[in-house]
Formats: sequence, C-alpha cells, structure tokens
Amino acid sequence: MNLSLLVILPILNALLLLPFKEAKQVRLITLAGAVVQFILCFFLLYLFWQEKTTGNTSLMLFENNYKWYAPLNINFHTGVDGISVSMILLTAFVVLAGILVSWKQEKLSKEFFFLLLFLSAGAYGFFISIDLFTLFFFLELAVIPKFLLIGIWGSGKKEYSAMKLALMLMGGSALVFVGLAGIYFNTNINGAHSFDMLQIAQSNISEDIQKLFFPFAFIGFGIFTALFPFHTWVPDGHSSAPTAASMFLAGISMKLGGYGCLRVATWLMPDAAHHYSTIIIILACIAILYGAFATMMQTDLKYINAYSSISHCGFVLLGIGMLTQTAITGAVMQMVSHGLMTALFFAAIGMIYDRTHTRQVAQLSGLLKVMPFISAVFVIAGLCSLGLPGLSGFVAEMTVFMGSWQNADSFYRIATIIACASIVVTAVYILRATGQVIMGPITNNDYKSLKDAAWNEKLAAVILITGIVAIGVAPFWLNDLLRPATDIIMQKISAITK
Amino acid sequence: MNYSQYILLIPLLPLAGFLVLGLFGKSYFNKSAGIIGTLFLLVAAILSLYTAYNYFFIDGKVNGVYQSIIPFKYTWLSFSENISIDMGFVLDPISVMMLVVVTFVSLMVHIFSLWYMKGEERFSTYYAFLGLFTFSMLGLVISTNIFQIYMFWELVGVSSYLLIGFYYDKPSAVAASKKAFIVTRFADLAFLIGILILGFQAETLDFGTLIQRLTDIQSSQFIGITTASFFGVSLLTWALTLVFIGGAGKSAMLPLHIWLPDAMEGPTPVSALIHAATMVVAGVYLVARLFPVFHINQASLHIVTFVGVASALFAAIIACTQTDIKRVLAYSTMSQIGYMMFSLGISGIGGENGLGYTASLFHLFTHAFFKSLLFLAAGAVIHLVHSNELKDMGGLKRYMPVTHIVFLVACLAISGIFPFAGFFSKEEILLASYESNKIVYAIALFTSGLTAFYMFRLYFSIFWNKQKDLHSHHGEGNMSMKIPLWILAVCTCTAGFISFGKYVSADGKELASHFHILFSIVPVTVSLLGILLAMLLYKKENGKPQAISNSLGGLYKTAYHKFYIDEVYLFITKKIIFNLVGRPAAWIDKNIIDGIMNGIAGVTASISSAIKGIQSGKVQSYALYFFAGIIAMAIVFVYLWK
Repeated sequence: MNLSLLVILPILNALLLLPFKEAKQVRLITLAGAVVQFILCFFLLYLFWQEKTTGNTSLMLFENNYKWYAPLNINFHTGVDGISVSMILLTAFVVLAGILVSWKQEKLSKEFFFLLLFLSAGAYGFFISIDLFTLFFFLELAVIPKFLLIGIWGSGKKEYSAMKLALMLMGGSALVFVGLAGIYFNTNINGAHSFDMLQIAQSNISEDIQKLFFPFAFIGFGIFTALFPFHTWVPDGHSSAPTAASMFLAGISMKLGGYGCLRVATWLMPDAAHHYSTIIIILACIAILYGAFATMMQTDLKYINAYSSISHCGFVLLGIGMLTQTAITGAVMQMVSHGLMTALFFAAIGMIYDRTHTRQVAQLSGLLKVMPFISAVFVIAGLCSLGLPGLSGFVAEMTVFMGSWQNADSFYRIATIIACASIVVTAVYILRATGQVIMGPITNNDYKSLKDAAWNEKLAAVILITGIVAIGVAPFWLNDLLRPATDIIMQKISAITK
Repeated sequence: MNYSQYILLIPLLPLAGFLVLGLFGKSYFNKSAGIIGTLFLLVAAILSLYTAYNYFFIDGKVNGVYQSIIPFKYTWLSFSENISIDMGFVLDPISVMMLVVVTFVSLMVHIFSLWYMKGEERFSTYYAFLGLFTFSMLGLVISTNIFQIYMFWELVGVSSYLLIGFYYDKPSAVAASKKAFIVTRFADLAFLIGILILGFQAETLDFGTLIQRLTDIQSSQFIGITTASFFGVSLLTWALTLVFIGGAGKSAMLPLHIWLPDAMEGPTPVSALIHAATMVVAGVYLVARLFPVFHINQASLHIVTFVGVASALFAAIIACTQTDIKRVLAYSTMSQIGYMMFSLGISGIGGENGLGYTASLFHLFTHAFFKSLLFLAAGAVIHLVHSNELKDMGGLKRYMPVTHIVFLVACLAISGIFPFAGFFSKEEILLASYESNKIVYAIALFTSGLTAFYMFRLYFSIFWNKQKDLHSHHGEGNMSMKIPLWILAVCTCTAGFISFGKYVSADGKELASHFHILFSIVPVTVSLLGILLAMLLYKKENGKPQAISNSLGGLYKTAYHKFYIDEVYLFITKKIIFNLVGRPAAWIDKNIIDGIMNGIAGVTASISSAIKGIQSGKVQSYALYFFAGIIAMAIVFVYLWK
C-alpha cells in the first residue's frame, strides 16, 4: 500500500469541496471522504498485521522514498511501524467523529471542512514521515489551520486564544526546527547530511551534540503535548475552539508532540534522553498532579477537560522519561487512549453547549433526565478519564505505572507514586462535574424541553466509544502492535544504560 | 469433571444481562427487564451451585487437601516475560464459596427487586447495573492474578457508585455516591502501590506463584522483599499494609468507613446485595486470599487484628445511637466485618491454629444470609412507611407478619443465639480469639452484647412499641417479595449446621467442627442480656431511652455524631485540599505561569513592532517574525557551534 494515499486523499477531498456551494453537499462529500479514509486506515492495519504475522521484521513497513530536494538531501520518505499505525488509526477515529459532530455547521461550512481536512492531512503526513524535513513540513501543516479554526469559528475570547495558541505552537515548531537542524548538520552519511531518521538512527550523533539539541527538540514537541510550564495554550485554546477543532486539538495535535518526543528526540538522541530523563520525569509529575489539582477548581466544562488533558498528557511524558519498554509502550497507549477519550469528552461537552448555551458547571444540572444519551456519553468519557477498567484509560495508565516501577531507584519509585496519586484527584474532579451536570434535579426550567442527541452525534459517540472499549477490554492487540516498535527504540536506549 | 465447558458462563451471564438491558432495555423491554435479568442470574446461580457440588464433593479434594484448579486463564496484557495481567478463573474453597454466596444473594435481590422497584422509571437501568455489579463481583472472587482482582475491584466500585446514585435527582444520593467512590479510590491508591511492590519483588502478579515465592523463606524473592526496608520497616510489611488499606477501604474499616452509612442512599435491595453481603466483604476476601503471606509477616497481621477489633467495637457503639434503620444496619455490617477481619488477624495456619481463618470465612458466609435478609426486610418496612426513621415506625407486626418473623430470625442470628447461623460462626470466632488473645476476646464479647442490644432495639422499635397510624396500607407485598425473604430465613436457620471447617480451612485440610457447650454459655448469656435490655427499653413506649441518653450527655452525643469523623474528613478535603492545594494551583497557573508566557509573547511582539516601526496588529505577522527570528538564530547557532 502506498502510504502517500493517506495524505493525498484528504487533500483531494478538500479540493473537491471548492466548486460546491451548499452546506449539504459539502458535508456529504467530506463525510464520504472521511469514511473512505477510515476504511483505508483499517485496511492499513490489516496489511500491517499480515506483514508482521508472515514474519516481516523490518523496522518500517510499506516504505516509499521519493527525492524531493536533492541538494539538501530532502526526501519524501514514508513508512510505518506499530506506533505510527496506532496513531493513524487514532486520527481516523477522531476525524470521522469530528466531522459527524460538526454536521450542523452552518457558518462558512465549506471553509470549515476544508480546514479540517487539511488538518487531518497534516496529521497523517506527520505520522507516516521518516524524513525529518517532511515531518516538520506536516507538523506546520497541522498548526496553521488551527489558528483559523479558532479565530473564525471559535467562541469566547477567541482572538486572544487563537493568537496564544498559534504563537506558542509556532514557538514550539521553531524549537523543533532548531533541534532537527542540529541533528541534520551533525550527521554524516556517505559524506552528506541527512534528514532520514532510519539512517540517523544507524549512525551515532556524539553525546555532546545530543545534549545540546535534545532540549530543543524535546521542549519544542513538548509544547504541543502540554509540557509543564509550556502548557498554558491548552486551556484557552481548547475552550475557545469549536467542538470539532477541540477534538482535533486535544485528540490529535497534542499527540503530534508526544509522537515527536518519542520518535525524534528520544529515538535519535538516546544519550541525551537518558541524561535529561530526571528533568523530564519531574516536569511530567508536576504536570500530572498540578494539572489535576488545577482541574479541580475549574468551573467551565471545557476548561475542566483541557486541564485534565494536561494531567493526562503528563503520563505520556512520564512514560517516555522513564525509558523502559513497558513505560514507553504505555506512553503510546496513553496517547491513543487520551486521544479517543478527550475527543469523546469534547464531543459530549459540545453537544451540551449546543443545547444549553452554557458550559458553566454551576448553571447546569440534572441533564440525565432530558438527555440520557449525551449524559451516558459524558459519564463514559469521565469514567475513562478516571481510569475505569474496561475502558482504555486504565490500560494505558497501568502500563505506564508498571513500566515506571521497573526502574528500581527510589527516585523513580517516588515519581511513580506521585503519578499514581493523580487517580484519586481525577476521580474527585470527574465526579464533581458529573454529579453537578448530569445528576441532581433540573434547576433550569428551560432545560426540560431539550432534545437528546441526533443521529450524527450518536454515531460520532459510538465510533469513539468503540475505540475506547476495544482497547479497554482487549488491550493485547494494541500491546502486540506496539511492542516490536518500542523494542527498536529500546535497543538504542539499553545500549547506553548497559 | 471438565469445568471449562460451562464455568465462564457464570460471570458472563450477568455481563450479558448488563449489555442487553443497558443497550436495549430502555427502548425495548423496560417492563420485562426484571424478568430477563433474573433469568440470567438464575442460570448463573444454578451453575455456581453445580460447580460447588462438583468441587467440594467430587474432584476438588486430592489426598485430603482441597486443590486450586484453574480451568481458564488468558494473558490479557503482558508487561515483560514474568509480569503479565492474566484473566483467569480459579476454583479453590474460598472462591467457590464466594461464587455461591454472590450468585445466590444476587438472585434473591433480583427477585425481591421485581416487587420493590416496580414502576420505577429506570427499571431496566437498575437491572442492568445489578448485572454489572454481579459480573464484577464474580470476576473479583475468581481472580488468579493480583492485578485482575484490582481491575474487578475498581469495577465493583463503579457499580456501587452507579447504584448508590440511582436516584440521581436526589442531591443526598449524588453526594453519597461521590463520597463512596472517592473514599474507596483513595484506599485503592494504597492497594495499587501495594500491588506494584508485591508484584515487582515477587517478580510475578500471579497469586499462586506470588504466594509460593513469598512464603518460602529461602527464595531469593522472599529474602529480597524482607531485607529491603523503607523508613526502617520491611518492604513486605509495607506492601501488605498497603494492600490491607485497599481492603479496609472496600470493607469500610476504621477510619475509611465513612462512605458506608451514606451509601444507604441507594435502593434498599442494593444495600442488601452490595453493602451487606458481597462487595463490603471483598476486603476480608482479599486478606484471606493472601493469607499465607500475611501470616508470614506477623506485623501486618497485627494491623489487621487491631483495625478489625477497633472497627467492630466502634461501629457497634454508633449503631446503638442511630435512628435511621438502614444506618443502624450499615454500622452493624461494619461491626460484623470487623469480626471477620480480626478473626483472620489472630489466625494461624494448620490444624487447630487455623480456626480463626475458617471462622472468619464461616462468618462471612452466614452473615451474607442474615444481613441481606435484614436489609430486604428493612426495605419492606421502608416501602410500607415511606421513611427510614425509627420514629415513624412502631407496632408494625400487625401489618407485616412475614417481615416480622424473618426480621426476628435474622436478629436472633446476628445476636448469636442457638440454633441460628450466626451462633455457630460467632462462637468459632470467639473461641479462636479466646485461645489466642484474651483482650480481643473481651472486646469481642462486649461487642457481641452490644450487637444483640442494638439489633433488638431495632426489632422492638419497628415491630412493637407504640403503634403508628399508616395512611395508606397496601398490604405486605406479593410473592416476589415474600419468596426471597422465606428462602433467606431458611438459610439463616440452617446454614450454621454446615460443618464449614470440612470445606474451608487455611491449609485446605479438614478442620474438625468446634462446638463446646460450656464455652458457649458466656457469649449466649451476654447476648441474652443485651436482648433483655433492649426489650425493657423499647418493647413498650416509655421515657427510659431518652432519660438514659440524656444522662450520658456528651458521650451519647459524640456517638450519635459518629465520633465526628465525617467532620474531620470534611475539614481535610474542603479546607486543606481545596483551599490550600487546588485553589493555589489554579491561581498560579492563571496568573504566574500564564502571565510569564503572555509576557514573553508581549515582549516578542513589541520587539518585532519596534523593528518594523509600525504596529501591524496582525497576529499572523507576529507569528511570522517570531518564527523567522528563531530560525535565523538557529542557523547562526548551529554554524557557530561547529
């Protein structure tokens, strides 16, 4: 299978929208494209599985390598391993659900869907890139539409939020660029610099260089995934964005960062990753616990989910910082799990907001009575967030904890205990919000006539819940998918620690 | 006998009930949901009894020792070569006993609810949640892996949360469900850390291997976990204490009991199932499951004993002062679980020393019957008078003869009067404690007197005393209400005659039945005195109870306010956690960290505008300058470095 299809399809889909004027046609075409893409991603999973079971042990599958700009040795080099496949699947789920949720988008619907599709093309491109330059190119492609999505279709102080988000993510990209440039200029493969990750991983960058450029790459990608203290774009950005954009932002964009931290920073610069692991762990623990405590005090549903994302993405960074195979596998699982869960949460919040026109927890109450379906979705997302077994959050968190505990040193043990403590705080804020919004008597009489979810909203929720349950009930398939890929990252790391 | 053919159906049938009723119940069979749920459970209960018959009488015993049989095991998530989470199904004396208890009590509750919950708007949801709970509880008892038990542990917690908050438009129910979940979650955190320590030190999560390694004093794992220490206490003691905290949270032991009385906000049949017979004894089950390891580490076993005794006495004192009948029963549950805990705590392994272990599980077994009977009967009373308060009740024996009889039977059982079930199990506990620790025995004996007193206080206040006028008297209930009561009453009368030691003992070997008529004289007399006192005070309306509580003054008030433990918790959470941790975290984030970030952005913007000389006002251009500037810096930096 040619992986470029994953990028080309959404772009073609977006271009196809241009001649159409009516919102109805636009959304139908978008949905059709997204469905095809969704099926394509499952087909990819199937092919990948088949290759793996027939004993194909190569690092990346379905590789394609096109010359892009020969003088600088830039190639359009694509390929996937287990980690990329799981992230691509996540993207497919979130994109499809996001399009379904914005079905009733009235204002400038063509432009809206156009940007969403471009965003998804950026994400797909990012996850299939092996060449660092194309990886960076797609990272940028996924940032710019977000600014417009928030600025035009957002709510609240949207201009401020859009600017803040764009500036911080641009800043992050700039740091990433420095890191990538540092890697590029310090490789020497057959007398030329290289952007090719497979080649770079083979060669060894000297430890000093790694120590210098690792922080750029890690912090740069870290900003995307809400690395403390660069997380402040998350609450404002998420809460001002329209529902589908929030789902994309938290569900996919934040994962670009986690993926980059792992694939680029940690894999290519393992000595530095080892060197800085203590700092990463400390920052991750702060994000986890501090994010959770800050969530407790939020009064706006979107802020609650945004702050809880900071806490949950802390687990991704913690897993990466722990540098054991199980912890890294857990970090990737957490990315997938958090992507699905937070998209579901934002979808539920969006549905509630569309009907009640408020996101203030104090103003909402007793929604279970009038909209049982949306309430059930909200509760499931909440339960996934607090790590209920049977849903994906539990699997991911426990894998991170188990992996973290493998480090015998008491520093790592205490860090793990601190991270574990967040499960209690998470329960507090989730149950507070659920108790107020979903349960209790209806205090506002206007709410009594509200309608439950429409077909498109139901379908979106069911798609995301299916993903969450598929991981939560049977995590072994995801584990089997990720293990070989994390094994390769570990080979580089364990070479140092020995 | 090949168990694997049908054994998985036992947990999966209630799960199927949950899925069917949860997904389609509301739209398709809201009326028939009860029947469907009950039928699923009926089959599961029959299969459990069949399994128990096969295990105990046909092939469980090899050379006089009950074996643990694992008919099913699947690697669910593997972390490394040794450490993985397996989903398995273990058959050994305690798990088989629990299978029977859980499915049987659950079935009774399902049948009783047909009557009790009739006409409820969310009838199908109720049965779906009952199915989910039963599935989770069954998954918990059949666990082969310590992580499996943790997963189902969390699932029973959430089922309990959903059922306590079933009347979701009642703010007190919502608050109670939150409290129950958060308090137990806090305990689960300790449990989780305990699991991590145990699992990694023993290099396995599998119960069988873990127990084997940590009880073999020559194994490298045992030496590792006992020599390593943290704050001067060995890692094994830490791990077991943490695991026990998890168990204490679920079993409402002091000081993590505060959720249990509030949990009575749920529908009464739910209290009978979850908060009397099954979920709350999970802590006892957990200690029993890991008993060989606890036994080798006496320090942690002493903690179990201490907490158990303290909870038994403390709860019994509070139970004497409460006026909400469900809360009295809740405290009584806590007190009885205290008995089971300390009985494990004082037990040894092998022969006569193992009496405490057997007695504890025997009490768990008999308690499940008479306590669920008490709750269901209380549910019938509440259904009639529409109140939980004792002051609204009195003279009800005329209106509800069946409830009256079964309540009396259950009260006699819990007070330990021959020949009811509680007599046998409580005698064994008292005997075991008499033989190992006289102080424990004395407290247990005193508590047993208190138990008889508060239970008969309840009995006389509800069924005798001054008759209250009932506005709407609609009879006692139909057969689906009476049948479970009768069945449980019969079990309460007969369960004690099972020679339990034959089947369940710490080492799997047969333990002869303990029944000394001379020893029984003292405890029975104490209980009778308790009953007599309750009769004098509450059989006829009089001013004596009021006079006594007045004369006790502050002491009574303290007990009535549950020793102010709730207030302490409230102070810690509201004042300390929220105000001193949560609020500052949110404030710092909003003002300091975000402030610095905005400051940096502002500086960048003003620098760029200063260079440009004009304020373009366009964010895109700020971003562009910022971006371009850093790229330029990067290139310079990279080359300079070289």
